[in-house]
Amino acid sequence: MNSPVIEIVGVKKIYDLGETEVRALNGVDLQIVENDYMAIMGPSGSGKSTMMNLLGCLDTPSEGQYLFAGEDVAEMTDDELADIRNRRIGFVFQSFNLLAKATTLRNVELPLVYAGLHPDTRRERAKEALVKVGLSDRMTHRPNELSGGQRQRVAIARALVNKPSILLADEPTGNLDSKTGEEIMALFDQLHQLGNTIILVTHEDDIAMHAKRCVRLRDGIVESDKKI
Amino acid sequence: MKQLGYEIVESIAIAIEQVYEHRMRSLLTALGVMIGIIAVTLMGSAIRGIDVGFTSNLSILGMNTFYLEKWPWKDVGDNWIQYRNRPPIPASYSEKLNNSILSTENSSLIIAVPMVKNRRKISKDDRNIQGVEIIGTNADYPLVDNAEIELGRFLSEVEVLRGRNVVVLGHEVAASLFPEDLEESIGAYVNIQDIKYKVTGVYKKQGSVLGIGNFDKNVLMPLPSMRKFFVSKRYHSATIKIQKKEEASFEDATDEITGAVRLIRGLKPGQKDNFSINQSTAVAEEIAPVKRGIAIAGFGITGLALFVGAIGIMNITFVSVQERTKEIGTRRAIGARKRAILIQFLMEANMICLIGGIIGVFISFLIKLVLQRFIPEFPLIMSGQLILVAMLVSVLTGIGSGIAPAWKASRLDPAEALRHE
Ligand SMILES: Nc1ncnc2c1ncn2[C@@H]1O[C@H](COP(=O)(O)OP(=O)(O)OP(=O)(O)O)[C@@H](O)[C@H]1O
Ligand SMILES: [Mg+2]
Repeated sequence: MNSPVIEIVGVKKIYDLGETEVRALNGVDLQIVENDYMAIMGPSGSGKSTMMNLLGCLDTPSEGQYLFAGEDVAEMTDDELADIRNRRIGFVFQSFNLLAKATTLRNVELPLVYAGLHPDTRRERAKEALVKVGLSDRMTHRPNELSGGQRQRVAIARALVNKPSILLADEPTGNLDSKTGEEIMALFDQLHQLGNTIILVTHEDDIAMHAKRCVRLRDGIVESDKKI
Repeated sequence: MKQLGYEIVESIAIAIEQVYEHRMRSLLTALGVMIGIIAVTLMGSAIRGIDVGFTSNLSILGMNTFYLEKWPWKDVGDNWIQYRNRPPIPASYSEKLNNSILSTENSSLIIAVPMVKNRRKISKDDRNIQGVEIIGTNADYPLVDNAEIELGRFLSEVEVLRGRNVVVLGHEVAASLFPEDLEESIGAYVNIQDIKYKVTGVYKKQGSVLGIGNFDKNVLMPLPSMRKFFVSKRYHSATIKIQKKEEASFEDATDEITGAVRLIRGLKPGQKDNFSINQSTAVAEEIAPVKRGIAIAGFGITGLALFVGAIGIMNITFVSVQERTKEIGTRRAIGARKRAILIQFLMEANMICLIGGIIGVFISFLIKLVLQRFIPEFPLIMSGQLILVAMLVSVLTGIGSGIAPAWKASRLDPAEALRHE
């Protein structure tokens, strides 16, 4: 068994709202190894998105420890975290989060701008990523000229473009019909086969069935953690 | 370093996109900066124009020339009675001064020449000009004056001695009286007070700067011929124009003239000077407050407009940050550092300022063209340096107005920003 890429121990995320406090995560332990394919499920408000933000180094825990590839995230600077998000992690969002005015190609290129790559290299790698998600014929389209499924493919291409090992997807099929959702999941399956670690949040059992492991959250704690 | 470079290029691209997308809003916001830049460029052009105009004025008045006169060139204010009661300066002082120069060892001065002035109408056939300044002088006048003769020659020794009715015309006078062909003027006769004068020469155009005297509108004639007709009865105060040696100091020259005139007038040691020694640098003192006025007004308008403009841009950039919070979250999620977000919004504010600045410089240029067309005496010089300064000012305004919203944008919590709808 290889050592975990992600390891969280006793992690809490507490939002202080003055009078009350919200314990979005209330003591979570989790290990994720390379090439894991994990679905996170749970009722609304159970802390799934909060967990994803922590895993994706977008947020830091209020308590507990997060080791990314063996290193304590709490000790990293903001720039180091940005670099991890840029190079090691790819994000896919429920509402795609594409730049509305930019072409497909430019949207996919964007992480490489922040990676400091030469424009020519950026273009080339963005095209490669678009080929992987089957959108090589839509390079110059803008998001509003694409279907929902196509937009999500663009977002996945953007997540893939800097060759990260971990893909984080928060309800990636949430805005898509079930057929398109299945197509997107087929893409994730394929990426898993190619060696990526995939963590996705979903409400649907059908979608979760694609994963190899299912973690259920309830009220900020892990209710169950099962192999599928 | 390379990364920073690409981030900057990216931020420029975004800024252009954003400004283009909200072009109306950007343009309106840029208005304040535009007005500020117009104020600063026009002010700069005016001050530079006055400086350059003044330098050429100096050369017309003569760098090494003194004017011995009854009245000083400065504003006399309430003391005018005291000046009015001074005895007039007779034209004969020039000869006395020249004698003094000859008898002074190592004199600082070269020569003194008399000038008696009077305004008269001058005409040729049915053409006439009112209020031309007639100057009576002698044949040494070219020694104290930089102006060059364009056609013909200056008054000769004999003509002056005999008091012949001859004149040398300023360029504008000659051009008005002989509009077809300037050459016709030489040897022709013009009328002043019903007396015919033969034209011996015409001056080159000198131009008038800042409206201080127009040397192109002068007419010169032998002092005796002028005396005979114009100022025989009234005891008229003359101007003695004195040329100092190039290498002599202004102080020594002034001292020498003062000493000589006091001697001529027989003033006792305790008595005050009852004459004025004027000099072209006195004009500088006259002009300084004008320049200061322009600078104060210019800086005032510039400062106010830029301040208001900067507040507007700051506001619009805050709005932009608010509108694009989710985009900021997304950029952060895919690896943008804080600094990249900071640069992005700083660049956006800067782009608006720069556009305001460029339009401002362009409008100033148009204003300059229009002003020069209709008021040619108004000196405006727009240098490349000034345009650079204007651009620098817009960029500084951009940084000043963009820094607060850009800072706020860069400090947004990425997870929070992503939740923003
Ligand atoms: N910034 C915040 N401030 C205060 N409370 C927050 C904040 N973010 C999340 N929460 C709270 O934390 C809890 C968990 O939120 P989270 O978004 O992780 O839920 P979720 O499992 O993703 O829900 P859903 O399925 O509806 O997306 C919720 O009760 C939410 O109200
Ligand atoms: Mg959620």
